[in-house]
Amino acid sequence: MSTRVSPLLEVCNISIDYIGPNNTCLKAVEDISFTLNEGEMMGLVGESGCGKTTLMLSLLRLLPVAGRIVSGQINFRDHDLLNLNEHEMNQVRWRDIAMIFQGAMNALNPVVSIGDQIAEAIQCHTPINDRGRRHAAVDELLELVGISGERAEQYPFQFSGGMRQRAMIAMALACHPHVLIADEPTTALDVMIQAQILELLDSLRRKLGQAIILVTHDLGVIAEVCDRVLVMYGGVMAEYASVDTIYNNPAHPYTQDLIKAFPDLSNPGDKLASIPGYPPRLDQLPPGCRFAPRCRHAFQRCHQEQPRLYLLEKNHQASCFLVENERIFGNSNGKLPDLGV
Amino acid sequence: MDDHAASDFRSFFHNLGHNWMALAGALMLIIAILVAVFAPWIAPYSPKATLKISIEDIYAAPNSAHWFGTDDAGRDVLSNFIFGARISLIVGFFASFISVFIGGSIGIIAGFYGGRVENLLMRFTDIMLVIPDLPLAVVLVALTKPSLLNIIFVIGILGWTGTARLVRSQTLSVKERKFVLRARAIGSSNLHIIRQHIFPLVLPLMVANTVLVISLAILEESTLSFLGLADPTNLSWGQMLNFAFTRGGLSAGAWWALVAPGLGIVWVVLGCTLLGHGLEQILNPRLEWHHLSVGQKMVERKSGQMPS
Amino acid sequence: MKRLLYLLNRVKWALISIVFVIVLNFFLFRVLPGDPARAGVRDPRLTAQAQQALRQRFGLDKPVINCFESLNPLKLGGCLENPLDTQFFIYVGNLLRGELGTSYQSGRPVAEMLGQALLNTVLLIGIAQIISIFLGIVLGLVAAWKSRTIIDFSVLVASLVAWSLPTFWLGIMLLFSGSYWLNLPVMGKMTAGADFNNNLEMFLDLGRHLLLPTLTFTIVVMGEYMLVMRSTVLEVLSEDYILTAKAKGLNTFQILKDHALRNALLPMVTIIALNLGFTVAGAIQIETVFSWPGLGLAIFNSVGRRDYPVLQGAFLLIAFSVITANLIADLLYSYLDPRIQAEDNG
Repeated sequence: MSTRVSPLLEVCNISIDYIGPNNTCLKAVEDISFTLNEGEMMGLVGESGCGKTTLMLSLLRLLPVAGRIVSGQINFRDHDLLNLNEHEMNQVRWRDIAMIFQGAMNALNPVVSIGDQIAEAIQCHTPINDRGRRHAAVDELLELVGISGERAEQYPFQFSGGMRQRAMIAMALACHPHVLIADEPTTALDVMIQAQILELLDSLRRKLGQAIILVTHDLGVIAEVCDRVLVMYGGVMAEYASVDTIYNNPAHPYTQDLIKAFPDLSNPGDKLASIPGYPPRLDQLPPGCRFAPRCRHAFQRCHQEQPRLYLLEKNHQASCFLVENERIFGNSNGKLPDLGV
Repeated sequence: MDDHAASDFRSFFHNLGHNWMALAGALMLIIAILVAVFAPWIAPYSPKATLKISIEDIYAAPNSAHWFGTDDAGRDVLSNFIFGARISLIVGFFASFISVFIGGSIGIIAGFYGGRVENLLMRFTDIMLVIPDLPLAVVLVALTKPSLLNIIFVIGILGWTGTARLVRSQTLSVKERKFVLRARAIGSSNLHIIRQHIFPLVLPLMVANTVLVISLAILEESTLSFLGLADPTNLSWGQMLNFAFTRGGLSAGAWWALVAPGLGIVWVVLGCTLLGHGLEQILNPRLEWHHLSVGQKMVERKSGQMPS
Repeated sequence: MKRLLYLLNRVKWALISIVFVIVLNFFLFRVLPGDPARAGVRDPRLTAQAQQALRQRFGLDKPVINCFESLNPLKLGGCLENPLDTQFFIYVGNLLRGELGTSYQSGRPVAEMLGQALLNTVLLIGIAQIISIFLGIVLGLVAAWKSRTIIDFSVLVASLVAWSLPTFWLGIMLLFSGSYWLNLPVMGKMTAGADFNNNLEMFLDLGRHLLLPTLTFTIVVMGEYMLVMRSTVLEVLSEDYILTAKAKGLNTFQILKDHALRNALLPMVTIIALNLGFTVAGAIQIETVFSWPGLGLAIFNSVGRRDYPVLQGAFLLIAFSVITANLIADLLYSYLDPRIQAEDNG
């Protein structure tokens, strides 16, 4: 019997609101929980606006002025980050948890050289006073992501889109963080560059044992490199399971639709399936299950009550009343009924 | 389309309400215009009327007969102050119309036609920008007869550079929009495109800019008058200050003759500035917050959560 | 290499502007009515010989510029053989030798009179600019940082009001209060005819004379700088790289200093350069009000006395200074912004 190793990052029941004018409250994220272990890559999937970025920003406490974390805990190595003050949080940022932002195009300061920006990160947390060694450290980081060290003196505008993304990864790794958050690192890049970036992230995980949270709306990316997957919809957890389970045995109708919508190259004649409708607006959230308006299998209860997160089998959770029924009435072979469309 | 326009209008006025600058500025300007228009009825004395000149009448301190005192020739400062608004506003408006007309035309032509035309016009604008306005205005006015028309003309032909740049950059961004390309595709003439498509979109910014140009024109007129380059028979505020300053107002301690006209200038210019900046904010609304905004605490857990 | 080309391009345009100014200056004073030399020449009381003598003295007997008088292209034969022997080129020749003509009023060379005036104006403007640039940048930065608070509001309103004050009027108000309450001097650069025991006393006297003009200047010019800096910083602080800096764990002060300021200062350099015309206008007014013996006062006095060579010379010097200052600002900008190599607007 192996002793349970405490997870690197344990997020428990996080809810985030946005305070609008006249003190109106918009529930951006509701009751999300997940864990991340050393050397694990977790995929965070969902449509634009489902709260993925908000959730990630909350880990580093970088929400915009209107954002408020209203409940939950973020346990990093058994310490709740939400109890830290701003100064202590500044120590955690980048050194323990680092983030690669969506759209590296603008995330780099245009008038400072790449090398200087990476050095700034180093100096902030793990200062190297000797200039030569500092330069060497910067060059090493750049080489790690496949950029020649000579380019450290250049400016962001002299880098291509893919290279800027890689430079951002190098910068994120500057302090050897325990957790790396990659927010849509391949969006807006062409397919060849996408593959390179993913390969890079995967090799980081394998070679350095880097724990990574990969945020994306692209299921194909998830399939390649992730261990576990958290599917979000409308600010809540839809499904949380291992990548194999998500692909082979998805329980939540939204996950199933997502997988069906992903074109399969092995069947080129298939019609493209899409999910009709739009994700809910934060100020017009449906009273029941958030996915009910678009769900094929929705019945009356779905529109009235929000389903809880149900545990199906070890490490597989989904929030859907169908699952609740199935769990109660359960199939003997433990397999979920094929809801076949 | 009508619904869209109506709601745009409504949201414009809604914004206006939130935007105190534009409202305050507009109010100040309206008051100034009203004073100027109704001057003959408001002013206690006819401005040129001089009273029996005795020593006591010159630079008399404010009293019940003259609320703002008298100036170097015994004239009532208050009445001249009220009538002075007319000259300042007239020069301001007409000179700025000339400037905006020139600047707007150059800007649209340069932005729309591009190429060598744009290059030439913008180079010319750059040169005119670099040459300092006031010295050139002084030279021009000094070499010609001092008159109201001259001043309006000189200020007008020197004040167009800012407008030209603004209109050109706005034209450039509008030019690339889809409906312009569509209009070209169906063969609309250039003039038609400019008139129907480009101009309406450039107009709002031009209006905001015009207000600021008016403020600059009024400042310049008052400066030129103060420097003694205007027709002395037109008692604009600047001219009143010129008399007060060069005819012993300081040594006579006649602060009323120096303060009042200046306050008039400040009132009108500030009104234009507030209105101009306010309009600019409405047309180009800025985000309410930035990444370093000071705000409430980010973590505000409601229920009693026990830290682990 | 690209930067060198950019710099050369800027220098080229500065030279073209200077040429334009020279041409403009020349023709304004020749074409527009009011030049007493010419008016004097046409005075009916003069005999024909006296008129001719006057003409020769002022060089008015030469043609203005080659073929100018006969713009009819068919009459090309009427052009001079020696094209340089025209008023225009004589004028340019004099300029290149540093001769700006002779004052009608005092008979002294204009260049001599204006040399000291130029230095005085630079002294006044220089100190005031440094103070107002510094204050404008700092206050603008703070106002943008504390956006939507009372600090921001106060700075904004103060800048708008400062910008709306006519410079000469502010000068008069300060002059009035300063001399009345603080017994500050009302005119000039130094107390006239005073004997100073040592240099310190002289500097103190200079300082007392500089105080009010500099204060006036600073208030007026600072308003513009605060406004522009504030709006620039507001834009910069909304950029993504500021969030990245925050994520790196930098504190607010570090972010403002190393990221916000660096990016916001670039447009400020341009604004300061563009504002030089405004600065010069302010100088003319302030020198007039405080009788500060600079180029501005020279312009004012020469207008009153119809001393046109001085007016012309002063205008030329001012325009040259502004063009040169703009060029310096351009060069400075090209050093500060690494992207300038890629964007060649030439």
